[in-house]
Amino acid sequence: MSAPLDGVARLGARTLRFVEETGEMARFAVQVGAALLRRPVRLRRCLDELYDVGVLSLAIIGVSGLAVGMVLGLQGYNTLVRFGAEESLGTVVGLSLIRELGPVLSALLVTGRAASAAAAEIASMVVTEQLDGLRMMSVDPVHYVVAPKVVAFVVSMPLLSALFSVLGLLGGYLVGVMFLGVDGGGYVSSLEGSIDVFEDVVPSLVKSLVFGVLVALIATFRGFHAAPHSAGVAAATTSTVVVASVTTLIVDYFLTALMGV
Amino acid sequence: METRARDLGVGLFLLVGAAAIAFLSVSIGGSTYRGPGGLELAVTFDQIGGLKPRAPVVVGGVKIGQVRSITLDADLRARVLLDVDQKLSLPKDTSATILTAGILGDQYIELTPGGEELLLGQGDEIEFKQDAFILERMIGRLIQNLDSPETENSE
Repeated sequence: MSAPLDGVARLGARTLRFVEETGEMARFAVQVGAALLRRPVRLRRCLDELYDVGVLSLAIIGVSGLAVGMVLGLQGYNTLVRFGAEESLGTVVGLSLIRELGPVLSALLVTGRAASAAAAEIASMVVTEQLDGLRMMSVDPVHYVVAPKVVAFVVSMPLLSALFSVLGLLGGYLVGVMFLGVDGGGYVSSLEGSIDVFEDVVPSLVKSLVFGVLVALIATFRGFHAAPHSAGVAAATTSTVVVASVTTLIVDYFLTALMGV
Repeated sequence: METRARDLGVGLFLLVGAAAIAFLSVSIGGSTYRGPGGLELAVTFDQIGGLKPRAPVVVGGVKIGQVRSITLDADLRARVLLDVDQKLSLPKDTSATILTAGILGDQYIELTPGGEELLLGQGDEIEFKQDAFILERMIGRLIQNLDSPETENSE
């Protein structure tokens, strides 16, 4: 076959592989959904996973939220002061955090901190044939291993995102009011005046809920279908971080457009 | 014991997260005015500028309520409903003015009580009002006047 035709064939193969993977992923999502409805409810497993995903992510979410808020305060102030509108700092910091940065950055951080770990854990269970062991004891690995992880991600993500936003608002206050001398009442009142529960806070929570579902499914799917050798664990972890991050950013655009925020 | 510490951590995490959501929804996202309300008043303006629902209503600079809704009435004018503290005795000839905080800040409504003995009641219309000050129009008018100084005093 000639060289240009080779390229076309490769493109076709890649597209087929992508479609195949998307289909597998959808079937996996249905399996997880069915497992979530099946008894027994593995509360103990869910709590353990919540600890790993939620509690252990608190530090990184808190520090990052504070840092992002402080940067927003500084940048916002420097821009606004040129127009003599530094009283609107609360609006700038609040809207950017609650509408975009809170959900997106916390999803990215949780991807790096917890989703990679979840994928690696499941992938190494594949390598060491622990999932087969579960199957031999007629325990469904999707029910026992995957579903509690998904629950943990979906529950944690909105909470972490809200914490990120709150600490970001605090960071903006710290820099704007304490360091740069913006009026504290002005910061708070412009914040309260521009943020609405139904226009800003609820869409923000919906976003992080969707990100939670996507990140959880991508991480567990990649781990579950890892190649059964040590390179497979590495590949599953890497592709989880890459795919989940890119998916988060792309889906964020569509969610923003859909919800008109 | 170790499980207990974990569970405590998870419980604490859930509580703190829920508190953060509640803080964003109620304290930041909720109304800007959390004082007593109850008295509904209506004002019809020709021009409200950038006035938004939940904008504060003040008397002498003190917040006493907020804008509840803004709709267009049958004459295509802006009908603004206010929710203010019902314990206040506002006279019938109270006037409402749309003002701006700073030059570019948010807009709010200031009520100036008059001297009438009769008081405003539930659902009453405020008769005396002054529209929003639109900076661009003022500048436009100023530029026009500078271009033709002979008509300066006609305005």
